[in-house]
Amino acid sequence: MFIGHFTERPYQDPKSGFFGATGTPIMDLTVSNDVYDPKIGSDLYNRYLDEKVYAEEMGFDGLMINEHHSTPFCMGGVVNVEASILARITQRAKIVILGNILPIWDDPLWLVEQLSVIDMISKGRLVSGWVRGTGREMVSHNAPPAYNWERFQEAHDFIVKAWTEPGPFRWEGKHYQYRYVNPWARPYQKPHPPIMLPGVVSRDSVMWAARQRIPYVMLATQLGPTVESFQVYKDTAEEEGYEAGPQNFGYLWKVHVDETEELADEVARKFVQGPSNPFLAGNEGTVNPALLGLPGLTSRKRVLPTQKVSTANRGGALSRSYEDQINDYTIISGTPKTVIPKIRHVLEYLRPGSVFFWDGDGAMTHEEQMRSLRLMGEEVLPAVREIADELELPSLFEVDPKTGKAIEPESAIEEGTSTPLS
Amino acid sequence: MSNKLSAFTENIVDVAGTRLQMRSGGDGEPLLILHGELGFPGWMEYHSLFSKSYKTLVPSHPGYDKSDRLEWVANIRDLAGWYLEALDDLGLDEINIMGFSMGGWLAAEMAVMHPTKFRKMVLVSATGIKPEQGEIYDIFLNLPKDYLKVSFLNPDLVSEFEIICPDDPSESKVETWEVAREQSCRMTWKPYMYNPTLKHLLGRLKTLDTLIVWGSDDAIVPKDCGHIYKSVIKGSHLEIIDECGHRPEIEQAHLFSDKVLSFLS
Repeated sequence: MFIGHFTERPYQDPKSGFFGATGTPIMDLTVSNDVYDPKIGSDLYNRYLDEKVYAEEMGFDGLMINEHHSTPFCMGGVVNVEASILARITQRAKIVILGNILPIWDDPLWLVEQLSVIDMISKGRLVSGWVRGTGREMVSHNAPPAYNWERFQEAHDFIVKAWTEPGPFRWEGKHYQYRYVNPWARPYQKPHPPIMLPGVVSRDSVMWAARQRIPYVMLATQLGPTVESFQVYKDTAEEEGYEAGPQNFGYLWKVHVDETEELADEVARKFVQGPSNPFLAGNEGTVNPALLGLPGLTSRKRVLPTQKVSTANRGGALSRSYEDQINDYTIISGTPKTVIPKIRHVLEYLRPGSVFFWDGDGAMTHEEQMRSLRLMGEEVLPAVREIADELELPSLFEVDPKTGKAIEPESAIEEGTSTPLS
Repeated sequence: MSNKLSAFTENIVDVAGTRLQMRSGGDGEPLLILHGELGFPGWMEYHSLFSKSYKTLVPSHPGYDKSDRLEWVANIRDLAGWYLEALDDLGLDEINIMGFSMGGWLAAEMAVMHPTKFRKMVLVSATGIKPEQGEIYDIFLNLPKDYLKVSFLNPDLVSEFEIICPDDPSESKVETWEVAREQSCRMTWKPYMYNPTLKHLLGRLKTLDTLIVWGSDDAIVPKDCGHIYKSVIKGSHLEIIDECGHRPEIEQAHLFSDKVLSFLS
């Protein structure tokens, strides 16, 4: 079992009014950055980095970060900068980028170089995820949505080749052309950093991941549709002649732990307050309908079972309440004693080899996040590891998702540690 | 297939290596009509008015409606080059050509490549030129229904508005719009709805009789673009239709048809 910590890193400024259902509407791409206060931004970026350092100290295996653009719900507009800093200020945990938005890169060679540098500085701790991005991202960086999927696939092929094959070589693709590919930075891990693919909607993406034998991470989807979507992966794997297991699957969902049940309930309600992601289940805020239907962004026919619920949950009157999410375990909150059996239920039901606890989001404060991280480290993580062992849920670092075979310690990448800062 | 206004036929023709959905109504000299961003709007009153005097040919561009997509077509100039071969295959020479919005841009690109292929050209609310004042409305950041509403000055007064933009569009209508938007997106996303080199090539059209038509209150393509087209196509005429938005052929069908028919005759 691989256990990661995640938060969207919301831009929290109570004066902005982006808080709670009665606050200022934050429909996608309608909020001017005129209200942006860099002093608040500065404090928040440092806060979120501090929380990641503490998550490592408390025993998390992975520090997951993501990228979105032009939106207050996620400050991670340049995820590779945050990953670079974590590479230097943490020592042990994997730095899990889920992910870089491939189709918005006009120059993916630059991505090849950045990720190689992060992998080297971290001594081989990078997990490099890709995403296709939403309409918001396509518009923000003016990437053509109708070519999203083609650019995604070509950028992936190009990056893997540039990571693994000696240069120089030429690349004459449909969307990317290079006359000289020979980056003077190569990944620390061989053959290259592990790749993961997170998502919620596209059947094409899940099937592609299965064909590439890349682990797939479902993002905050309801349990039933998640199982159905994992089945799409498993069926594709079978067609490809291998058996997908827990090492091929990850699941991200909201988990908050606190000292009392009352406190846990009070704080977990903040998941659905503040400038939180309207794309993922049940948060406040309204999505921009035109951005959902950006031409050609996602196949209108080849969608996953999770897409229907994901769409229905996108903000406004259709938004799922906090209570609904508590009832179906897409939010788990409580004391360690009550949280652990619920997490067990999710693990039994989905059988993922990797999980990411999404915490410290919405309107939650730094203190609330630190309290939860401490209790997770002291009580929850050890219990979850025991459950995962009992349920036989190996991660991609224990069983190779490409072969289904146990990874021998000597063949695994030698785990180095970054040089301490002082 | 026909309607009460005027008979027309519709079929799929094999041209220039692909399958093209084509409609034809009336007799006489050919008039090729090129649709805009959302594909063929249906056989409207203006089609009937033109088909009384001309053999009115109304294709759906590759990638729209039932015409197959050409994967290699990445911009309007690509499409224009393909269309010239299609006209060759259809045996069409020295024809009249009229294009609406993105179809106007397409007509201008075709004419620039082969001015003598055309007898007269009509550009209606054409995209293709970067306005010096104002911006072209972003159809990709708005829903089709919103785009269509903004395309008319007074949609409530337009009897055919309900046909092209039903209150409760059928599933197939919505799908047709989405297919069209995707193809338009593939060709016009960036730079959005113009080609910076087009206006430098339009000088070649000084020998082609050209009419430029704009609605007085076009909220989609700034009237400035009409003035730029007029200034770079020597000898062209700019006709402004009063009380009219981006779709003069529908919003002021009779006035529009009168002016264009008079120009073509």
